Amino acid sequence: MTQHLAESLAQQLADVALEQTRFRNELTLVLPRERLLAALQAARAGGFSLLIDLTAVDRSPASPRFEVVYLLTSPPAPSRIRFKVRVEEGDAVVPTATAVWPAAGWLEREVFDLFGIRFEGHPDLKRILLPDDWEGHPLRKDFPLTEEPVEFIGHTPKVPSQIIPKSPPKP
Amino acid sequence: MSELSRETLVLNMGPQHPATHGVLRLLLELEGEVILGAEAVIGYLHTGFEKEMETRTYHQNIIFPPRIEYLATFIEEQAYVLAVEKLLGIQAPKRAETIRIILAELSRIASHLVWLGTSAIDLNVSSVFMYCFRDREEILDMFEMVSGQRMMHGYFRIGGLQWDLPAGFTERVQKFLDDLPRRLDEYETLLTDNLIWRQRTEGVGLLSAEDALGYGCTGPLLRGSGVNYDVRKAFPYGGYDEYAFDVPLGEHGDSFDRYKIRLEEMRQSRRIILQAVDRLTDGPIMVDDRKVALPPRRELVRSMEAVIHQFKLVSEGIQPPAGEIYAAVESPRGEKGYYIVSDGSNRPVRVRVRAPSFNNLQALPVMIYHETIADAVVIIASIDIVLGDVDR
Repeated sequence: MTQHLAESLAQQLADVALEQTRFRNELTLVLPRERLLAALQAARAGGFSLLIDLTAVDRSPASPRFEVVYLLTSPPAPSRIRFKVRVEEGDAVVPTATAVWPAAGWLEREVFDLFGIRFEGHPDLKRILLPDDWEGHPLRKDFPLTEEPVEFIGHTPKVPSQIIPKSPPKP
Repeated sequence: MSELSRETLVLNMGPQHPATHGVLRLLLELEGEVILGAEAVIGYLHTGFEKEMETRTYHQNIIFPPRIEYLATFIEEQAYVLAVEKLLGIQAPKRAETIRIILAELSRIASHLVWLGTSAIDLNVSSVFMYCFRDREEILDMFEMVSGQRMMHGYFRIGGLQWDLPAGFTERVQKFLDDLPRRLDEYETLLTDNLIWRQRTEGVGLLSAEDALGYGCTGPLLRGSGVNYDVRKAFPYGGYDEYAFDVPLGEHGDSFDRYKIRLEEMRQSRRIILQAVDRLTDGPIMVDDRKVALPPRRELVRSMEAVIHQFKLVSEGIQPPAGEIYAAVESPRGEKGYYIVSDGSNRPVRVRVRAPSFNNLQALPVMIYHETIADAVVIIASIDIVLGDVDR
């Protein structure tokens, strides 16, 4: 399926984008953080009226560690495009998209909650899924996934699903 | 107006409240009975599925999707399985795709029936509640017949299906579908022609098309506001482009429009299933790719290679190429998508579940602004949230 809107937007942002990848007919643009907001506004003006998803990926141990991912969709002329911004762990701040899509409000709160990435200018940046007094950000790779500690003697909490170990990447 | 009469009261609704259809907590700012502001507090059902999925192989992860949205179980499985298939660059055989469509559309009918029943009982129409659950039971019995489980099936496999349909299944589906229009007409007579139902839903919970798009709403909520966006039509998946069906749209964006749309969607789902049952031809139900599908039993006794494939698949699992994909399906609540990042190993780096209920719920404060508390119940019901989907 040809995605005319996505192609024309990619062309428009060609000199801004750091990287442009295609995988399984999906178009991804990697943008510099300072140009992100302008690019999102251009996308919304260009017909991508739905912010379908906003999420993050922890690429640890790679550097920059985090990727914030924006998935945009245009309903009338079906087309999808993905924007990405890479941020370092020590400087995990991204400008908020709440002014472009109100949908970003909760989605950014979720990314903040689970990854600890801050969104500059967000009107109400606080935890959304986890309790307010939760420590850490669970979707970070260094957050351990263990059983809840219990006070039985001789029971060491184990990491679930060690039955099939992680394989090295396929060559 | 004096200062005193402008005073507002903050009322806590939920998390344990029958009208919230789960564990949703609302903080309502009230002036008298009118809602001036609302804040939804979610997360009571957060189970960390996304984190869990990072620690298991692609095949092991099949158990999670139906637990995320437990009312449309097969559609969830379809979403995940299609996403992994897209990552692998494979396509399930025709027969498997057709069976998936039959089960997914039956799931949609089951889910809409639960919605219809529970919204009816919110407005005290308990007979419709009973009827809807009776019909849903029939669908769940058919699911049990296919997969052995009423819910949480784990029947879809990456590249196909676990096993073929049991004998007598299509006849049973046909029998159910033959009677479905009569039943839907009956429910419609009970509700659409009911003055109380109309007064409680018409013009209640208005959502403009612009707000619906801005808040990322999808599904009947977005189509109720008149935006024609159905993933089955916009980005056809799993063979849906070969089926004829209509996408009902609303005009006003109120609760009544959403109700009409869901009723019509059940009829359209019936249309799709009838076409699919007609097209059900014999054939394989699993891809013939030994890196994805287990070799058949009869090969294991003869071929050393089959034994190696079996061993690799069981002890290591599927290893898709490095890359990232997003695949979406139309769930009864809207666009349900899986964003999977792979590094080429047997476990995903990240599985992100795009939850329609999460985005749809975010638009709730817009819809209940300046409505009364009694109407808030109707509006929450009209969004059709599943809290498992909201909190994941």
